[in-house]
Amino acid sequence: MMHTSANTGTNRGPSPRAGASASTNRGYRARRLILELLMILLALVFLVPFYFLLVNSVKSFGDILTNSAGWPHAFLWNNYAQAWTITAFPKVFGNSLLIAVISNVLLALISSMAAYQMVRRDTMFNRLLFAAFVAAMVIPFQSIMIPLVKVVSTLGLMDTRTGLIICYLGFGAPLSVFLFHGFVKSVPREIEEAGRVDGCSTYGIFFRIVLPLMQPIIVTVIILNALWIWNDYLMPSLILQSPGRQTIPIATYAFFGQFTKQWDLALPALVLGITPIVIFFLAMQKYIIEGIAQGSVKG
Amino acid sequence: MNSKKSSQLQQQLIFVGPSALCFLVIVVVPFLLGLYYSFTDWNGVSRHAGWVGFRNYIHIFTEDPAFLNSFWFTVKFTVLGVILTNVLGFILAYVLTRSLLTRNALRTVFFVPHVIGGLLLGFIWQFIFVKGFSSVGAATGLSFFKLPWLGTEATAFWAVVIVFVWQNAGYLMVIYISSLNNVPKSLIEAAQIDGASRGQVLRKVTVPLVMPAVTVCLFLAISWSFKLFDLNLSLTKGGPFKSTESVALNIYNEAFNISRFGMGSAKAIIFFIVVALISILQVRATKRKEVEV
Repeated sequence: MMHTSANTGTNRGPSPRAGASASTNRGYRARRLILELLMILLALVFLVPFYFLLVNSVKSFGDILTNSAGWPHAFLWNNYAQAWTITAFPKVFGNSLLIAVISNVLLALISSMAAYQMVRRDTMFNRLLFAAFVAAMVIPFQSIMIPLVKVVSTLGLMDTRTGLIICYLGFGAPLSVFLFHGFVKSVPREIEEAGRVDGCSTYGIFFRIVLPLMQPIIVTVIILNALWIWNDYLMPSLILQSPGRQTIPIATYAFFGQFTKQWDLALPALVLGITPIVIFFLAMQKYIIEGIAQGSVKG
Repeated sequence: MNSKKSSQLQQQLIFVGPSALCFLVIVVVPFLLGLYYSFTDWNGVSRHAGWVGFRNYIHIFTEDPAFLNSFWFTVKFTVLGVILTNVLGFILAYVLTRSLLTRNALRTVFFVPHVIGGLLLGFIWQFIFVKGFSSVGAATGLSFFKLPWLGTEATAFWAVVIVFVWQNAGYLMVIYISSLNNVPKSLIEAAQIDGASRGQVLRKVTVPLVMPAVTVCLFLAISWSFKLFDLNLSLTKGGPFKSTESVALNIYNEAFNISRFGMGSAKAIIFFIVVALISILQVRATKRKEVEV
């Protein structure tokens, strides 16, 4: 157990450099360097699928079959042009964006309002409703999907984006309300009293005072819901049928059914499909990571 | 007094009404309808749904080996998926909370697979298993890469596990990182001064203090793996020979491929009961192990 004693020796002080002797310091650095290199290696292994995906997306079909690990013999950017047209990418991207944005904004709004009211008006009805929301968090979507199709078609909302958005509001409400509920409990009533003295109505207090205070949890809720709704396949596949209304996951699935094993078209279509969400993640990384850490602590 | 009451009612309707209504229509009503359909032979199209009592449930447990197999697959998959994602997620978090130079870039890399949906990932990995692995095998001669990954029952099972772990370990890593950062430095230093080795500090101080995160991560991983669907559909479609068909996929096929909505509803209710039981048991079991700071 020699290495452990060397370690604790350098770790004892608040700053390893301050107290440690030169030799243990060098040993510590070498160990850290090895650890760092090992992690970089592991990261490269994690990235290998993306290498295969990207490098093969610009090859000819024959090149993919004979040389799938290597660099392309020729770059066929035309693959992308074809995939772009066949999947009607701008259209399906627009649908995905529309559905994700509207569902997210409405879901955050109605859930935060409901959670606020439930915390501030602690009636029997609200307590029961909150209990129902919490209990419903364990219901898997597959357990309600069969009758849901029937309900949506009875309402005349089959094959409409409105119908799908309403489904997201209903199925997303339990978790969102639960997260907001936990947060509102920590907002002191005194802040609201000040607003009331200044003559704000309850609505004014909620929108001008409470909602801005809820900003951290709103970010969390929106991020969790955005990842879910953007990537969801099953719910939209049950509700939307016409090609003009498809989202990215449904269009990708349909595309694969049609062009099985035609990898020179399928791979660029996949690259197109993952690009928006990967860019969104890289741009919003800080908020996404914080939001997830926040949401999980409360969840 | 009366106007105050009516304004309170109006406020209740405006604040709670929209979520309560959507929740009622999209979750509560379908759930109760599903309970009713599970006792019928409804085919999804006809207006008439004949009452059959418990016949669907009896059929599932006595004459539907495919469903029981899908359950067994899902259980095996869940056990492995939950353990491997949590172990890898924790190790990544443990290493990446030290002061490495490339720490932030590494965190990004490990997290990125999670932002891509299971459906697209399944298709991407289908290509990796079918074409990518075989070419790596040809180049290196390693037999691991020459296996017919999606072609045999044993390897297809592991294929789903591999992709699942690759997709989700980074997410759990983020949760473990935030929890590890909250462990008070003073406690770790105190243990070190008392002569605890690095392993002892990890076992006796760090792990008990991150137990709340373990609860959350186990809960998430169980829920993801038990409800496995998108990845399953696009990577193996349940094959070969239904050997990798998850419960969720089996329910889907029962209802939407062979139009036995009544039978599918009964399976969905059984699925719900199992998921609910697991969630309750699991939260109870881990809550007991948590430590207050």
